[in-house]
Amino acid sequence: MNLNATLIGELVAFIVFVWFCMRFVWPPLNNAIEARQKIIVDGLAASDRAEKDLELAQEKATAQLKEAKAQAAEIIDVAKKRETRIVEEAAVKAEAEKVRILAAGHTEIETERNRVKEELRKQVAILAIAGAEKILERSIDAAAHSDILDKLVAEL
Amino acid sequence: MAEEVTLSGHIQHHLTNAKMCTTDNGLAFNKACSDSGFWTWHIDTLAWSIGLGVLFLWIFRRAANKATTGVPDKFQCFIEMVIDFVGDNVAKTFQGKSTLIAPLALTIFVWVFLMNLMDLIPVDFLPAFAGFVGENVFGMDSHDVYMKIVPTTDINLTAALAVGVFLLMIAYSIRIKGIGGFVKELTLHPFSTKNKLAMVFLIPCNLLLETIALFAKPFSLALRLFGNLYAGELIFILIGAVGLMQLPLHFVWAVFHILVITLQAFVFMMLTIVYLSMASSDNH
Repeated sequence: MNLNATLIGELVAFIVFVWFCMRFVWPPLNNAIEARQKIIVDGLAASDRAEKDLELAQEKATAQLKEAKAQAAEIIDVAKKRETRIVEEAAVKAEAEKVRILAAGHTEIETERNRVKEELRKQVAILAIAGAEKILERSIDAAAHSDILDKLVAEL
Repeated sequence: MAEEVTLSGHIQHHLTNAKMCTTDNGLAFNKACSDSGFWTWHIDTLAWSIGLGVLFLWIFRRAANKATTGVPDKFQCFIEMVIDFVGDNVAKTFQGKSTLIAPLALTIFVWVFLMNLMDLIPVDFLPAFAGFVGENVFGMDSHDVYMKIVPTTDINLTAALAVGVFLLMIAYSIRIKGIGGFVKELTLHPFSTKNKLAMVFLIPCNLLLETIALFAKPFSLALRLFGNLYAGELIFILIGAVGLMQLPLHFVWAVFHILVITLQAFVFMMLTIVYLSMASSDNH
């Protein structure tokens, strides 16, 4: 087991093997591993991001739904209020119309009554004159006593 | 057939590498190379280690070719687990940036693991098969055919790895700290004083200590791996020589060895990273 030329042969073989390994074996394998590690890291990050996005989207959807519900409730509220107002307005208008119509009726009735009263008064005056003429015969001059007659008419 | 096989002869046979050398008559093998000195090649160590290294690179290169950033198949998952494991350890241990450290650590870990794994193949299988082929195909004496299939039990291989790491340590030290910084690191620590005269005496001490510390690293790397695997292999051989009793013993030792071979590969890798990290960090 003395040292001999085998040592030189093995040293050369060793150097060649290491050179070959350094040139053709290690870099492609190591590159493949590192490239795959990068892909995996990116994939994990992407999945994390997607999960966060999903969460965000869900939150957003929930918020939007809530908002929509609130809006709908508000719209219904407004509509109800408006309905009430319309009904109230209509009632007020109707009341006013009623009052107006009643007033017009009253006025008309009053006017008619006044007219009839005047007429009646005039007729009564004529009747009274006629009655008085009949009673007094010609003793009363209509023209001379018209002031008395007018007073009488006014008193009726 | 050859002489009576003794136990020590059997063990000796298992622990001998197949040698190759050049002599005046051309290529020679095994016993003919007993006195060929340094220029002897352990062809079994070379063949198995290079074969396993190529197997490692082929498997990982296939995964690299098929690598997609999409959903990986199970084969790619397995390879990526190994890559991730090594890359993680490098990232945690190595201060600073380098495109070399991670592939270096991967090569050491998987290659050493595969070579250690050969330890779990029953000790007699492949040597016996090699002997059979040697005797029947090449007409050799089967006792003259050696086949040591665990390359990490050969000090030449572990030393080669350690020398490679050691050269890288020197290179990193010089690249990060410059030659001056490296020399300073070797001479001005651990003892230092403001007194110039005292420093003159301290520098040789520092140089001695730091040089020993520097060289201890590759020595410990080479000897730890070699020692563990050589001892493990020796015990496998001994267990293999005790008849039927070897079955439970072998099982227990093999299960324990699954831990040892993985751990030794891991330790070699981690220490390589740590040493290179120390070499490339400026603060002493």
